[in-house]
Amino acid sequence: MSAGGIARLAGIAALLAFAVAFPLVFTNPAVTTDAFDTLIFLAWAAAWNSFSGYSGYLSLGHAVFFGSGAYFTAVATIDWKLTGSQVFWLLPLAGLLGAAIAVPFGLFALRVRRHTFVVITIAVFFIFQLTAYNLAVTGGTSGLLAPVINFASATYNNPFYYIALGIAVGTVAISWLIRRSRFGLQLRAIRDDEDRARGLGVRAMRVKLSAFVFSAVPVAMVGGLWWYFTAIVDPSSGFDPLNDVAIALMAFLGGLGTVWGPVLGALLIEPSYLYFQQQVASGYIFWMLYGALFLVVILVLPRGIIPTAAEQIGNWRDRRRGRAAAAAHAPAVTTGADRAKELA
Amino acid sequence: MAQFLQAVADGILGGAVYALMAAGLTLIFGVMDIINIAQGILVILAAYLSYVLSVHLHIDPLLGLFITVPAMFALGVAIEWAFMRRLRGRERVAMSLLVSYAVAVIIEGALYQAFGSTPVGYLPRYAVKSLYIHGFNLPYIYLIGFGLAAAALAAIYLMLYRTKFGRSIRATMQDRVAARLVGINVDRVAALTFGIGVAVTAAGGMVFGATNTFNPDSGYDLISRLLSIVILGGLGSIAGALVAALFMVTAEEIVNIWQPTWATAVYYAVLVIVLLIRPTGLLGKREARAQ
Repeated sequence: MSAGGIARLAGIAALLAFAVAFPLVFTNPAVTTDAFDTLIFLAWAAAWNSFSGYSGYLSLGHAVFFGSGAYFTAVATIDWKLTGSQVFWLLPLAGLLGAAIAVPFGLFALRVRRHTFVVITIAVFFIFQLTAYNLAVTGGTSGLLAPVINFASATYNNPFYYIALGIAVGTVAISWLIRRSRFGLQLRAIRDDEDRARGLGVRAMRVKLSAFVFSAVPVAMVGGLWWYFTAIVDPSSGFDPLNDVAIALMAFLGGLGTVWGPVLGALLIEPSYLYFQQQVASGYIFWMLYGALFLVVILVLPRGIIPTAAEQIGNWRDRRRGRAAAAAHAPAVTTGADRAKELA
Repeated sequence: MAQFLQAVADGILGGAVYALMAAGLTLIFGVMDIINIAQGILVILAAYLSYVLSVHLHIDPLLGLFITVPAMFALGVAIEWAFMRRLRGRERVAMSLLVSYAVAVIIEGALYQAFGSTPVGYLPRYAVKSLYIHGFNLPYIYLIGFGLAAAALAAIYLMLYRTKFGRSIRATMQDRVAARLVGINVDRVAALTFGIGVAVTAAGGMVFGATNTFNPDSGYDLISRLLSIVILGGLGSIAGALVAALFMVTAEEIVNIWQPTWATAVYYAVLVIVLLIRPTGLLGKREARAQ
């Protein structure tokens, strides 16, 4: 293994060790609550990116899976009278439900491209929200409450934190595997030129749909977990359009279509979002700041931190190598852009 | 039956206003390949402007259009110049959606800050009355809105097909690069088109504000309807937006007779069904499918 590979593995191991030790070091419930929120969004952003980032199909409807997971877990918990940690066993089922919803949703929405696809995902999102408002089983506007949990108060947040961490790590790992696989190459071929990819023998619909269905699973699971932790889901919080856009912003800030971009974006945005929300007195001024942050990210860093940084590092190395090469009277061959592609 | 015909009449009168707002959206898309998510909140902003003019400054909302239309036009040009023009590269589609969403969030926050979340409304005195023809009840404000929308749509049509500027807009819609090559200032066309697309929200917002009570949150409901309309009509097609708006609003009014809770779902249901059969929308062109 190359030196870079070992360094990368060591970095990942250190990050994981930090994440595992986090609730043991910072025992303040307010801090672990924010950390839990961050992990929820991290898993969501990584899952979203493994479909939207790789395939170029921008979905603004993944809250459908989040809300469905939350409502499913809520209804099942209440109907089967589950208590305590029993509820966590529902999460895989919530994931399956997300996949089951994603199949017809994807079969229909993936027939169209670009803006039309985006708007279709928004439309499906609103159908789900409206349904949650109007059905009897979802409790209408008042939503569904979780039963009281009798966990010890000092470590109350920990089970939630570790399950969220497990889902997040699993999602990033699978995203990494997809990125390296033939399947990931097919997805990126679709992103670059779908018609040409089809011409080259990529079964576009099957590939897109698989990625879409996979990306729904973790989102539905964290939806269920989020309901149990927050103890309530109603149509406006379960199906929140702002979440869909926040996820996209996280992926854009870190680097859309890279494995670590959404992770970095979620780690930067969600804690600062929570921090500012608690600091700024007026919620509305906070909104305006949030919108302004959005504009700055997209206008200043349109390609995201990781691809931009990779290009800068590549350029810097080239200059150094270029000087060495000039001394040896040999031309430098790679450019910064080439390096960025290798690293991304 | 009378109820049904009344619903159709309401749908056509109300649909014309939606057609106008959707025409702005689809015009912007045609020229710039951008969907302006902020269109919904811009309508609400215009409604608040009319509200301030009529309630606080006692200027008739119809006369107020002489102030709100130029104001919204200037705002549109400014948004295009400050943000939309700067988007480049492969992810331009996604970025334009996020940028216009961010603009919407900022405007929404500003409106909440200025006006709070209590729904407001205003209705000019002459507009409270209704016209009764053969048992139909046609409120004056709906007739005014219909007339305003029809006039604005006619003006947009004339501008597009009878003026030199309109020809440069259509050329830019067809092929941006070729338009630049024959000497059209594409950046200027884009800025003015965005301005016009936003200026129509002044008229739309005035009528919306006079026929509904609204708060800053109403922008979401509006934009989801408008998006359904332009997609159904076929992105970039003004005639399509017109047909789709009349159809959708009428369908909603009819369903509203016996199923008020699900009336809004009509938009999405119709959209889903039509796109299953015709992925480009009613009057959309083939190009809409290129990724």
